[in-house]
Amino acid sequence: MTTIHSLAVEMRSFVITTFLFGEAGDLQDDTSFMGGGIIDSTGILELVMFIEETYAIRVQPEEMLPENFDSVNRVAAFISRKLSKPAS
Amino acid sequence: MFPLSFSPDLLKLDYAQEADRIGAMLREAIFHRFKKRGLVVALSGGIDSSVVAALAVQTLGKDRVFGLLMPELDSSSETLPLSRGLAEHLGIQYAHEDISPILEAVGCYRRRDEAIRRVVEDYGPGCQSKIVLPPVVADDQYRLFKVVVQYPDGRQTETRLDLPAYLGIVAATNFKQRTRKMFEYYHADRLNYVVSGTPNRLEYDQGFFVKLGDGAADVKPIAHLYKTQVYAMAGFLGLPESICRRPPTTDTYSLPQSQEEFYFSLPYGKMDLVLYGKNNGFPAREIAPAVGLNAEQVERVFKDIDGKRRVAQYLHSPPVLIEPVGHEQ
Repeated sequence: MTTIHSLAVEMRSFVITTFLFGEAGDLQDDTSFMGGGIIDSTGILELVMFIEETYAIRVQPEEMLPENFDSVNRVAAFISRKLSKPAS
Repeated sequence: MFPLSFSPDLLKLDYAQEADRIGAMLREAIFHRFKKRGLVVALSGGIDSSVVAALAVQTLGKDRVFGLLMPELDSSSETLPLSRGLAEHLGIQYAHEDISPILEAVGCYRRRDEAIRRVVEDYGPGCQSKIVLPPVVADDQYRLFKVVVQYPDGRQTETRLDLPAYLGIVAATNFKQRTRKMFEYYHADRLNYVVSGTPNRLEYDQGFFVKLGDGAADVKPIAHLYKTQVYAMAGFLGLPESICRRPPTTDTYSLPQSQEEFYFSLPYGKMDLVLYGKNNGFPAREIAPAVGLNAEQVERVFKDIDGKRRVAQYLHSPPVLIEPVGHEQ
C-alpha cells in the first residue's frame, strides 16, 4: 500500500539522485526546493514528468504551486491526495 | 530612507554624454586592447542592434563598421527590409547571409518539429509554432512552457511541453543564434574586426541569450542600458521611425512571439523599472504604483528575477579550469 511515508521516501530518493548527484547533504523532507537552490525551472518540469509517469496522474496547471511541489513532504502529500481521488 | 522617490524619471540619462562614454569604451577595446580595425554587428532590424551599430558608426566612422543581415525561414517578413534599411541609413558596408540552408542542413527545423511532435502528434507541414510561458504576476504558480501551434486552417492549440520536448525545441532553435555567430566571426576574421554583442541590460542580466550564440561577443556596448534607455538612445541617434516603433520580438519562432510571453514577466517598460528598483534597493511597495501592480505582484517579479539570475550564471560562465593557466595566473 502506498502511504505518504513511502511516497516521501521515493521522492527523496528521486530528488537526491536527480538533482543532488547522489549527495543528500542537508536535505530534509521539509527543505524548500526553490529556496534551497535544489531545483530550478527546468527541474520542476523534470519533477512533474517523473510524478506523472511514475504514479499515472496528470498535474493540472492550477496545481503547479509551491504548496504542492516545494519540498519532499509537500510533493508526497500532493501525490497522495491525487491518488486518493478519481483522475482529473 | 532613499535619496529619491521612485519614478520612471530615475531611468533618464544624458544621452549625448552616454554615447560619448560608450564610444570611448569601444575605441579603447577595439583599437588598444584587441588591436583590431573595426566592428561587426549583426543587424536584426530591432532596436538593440540598430543602436549598437549607430553608436559604433558615431565613434569609429562608417568605414569601420560592418553589418550582417541574417534572416532565416522563420524570420518576420519585416526583418530583412528593416535591417537593410538601417545599414543603408548608416551608410555602412553590409552582407546578406541567408542562414536557412545551413539550418536545413544541420536539421534545425526537422529536429524542432520532431520535438514538437512529442506533444502535438499531428504537427506537420504548414503548421506554425511558438513556445510561451504563463504570466508571473498573477499568482505563485510555477510556470511551465507551452507550445502554441497554428494549423494551416488557422486553428490554434496550446499544449504543455514535457521536458524532452522543451529541451529539444530550445536546443534545435539555438542553432539559429549559433549559426549567425559563426558568420559574424567569419567576417570579423576576414576584416580583422571584433564582434559586437547587442544585449540590453534586461537580456544580459536575466540570461535572455544563447550561450555561444548571441551571447558570444568581444564587446557588449549596451549591456548596461535598460531597454527604455535603448529606445531613448535610438531617438537621440535619429534612427528611423520604423526601427524605433517596432515592438521587441524574439524573431525566432514561426509564429510572432513577444519577449514577455517567452521570457520576461512584464512588458519591457515595467520590467526595466522593477529591475532598476530591485538593483537600487527600492522596496516592492514603492515600485508597485509606478508599474501598475501591487506590492505582492512586484515581489513575485523580484523572485522571478532571482531565479533567472541563477540560470544566467551558467550562461555567463567561462569554462571552469582546475587551476589558473597562462594569462590568468
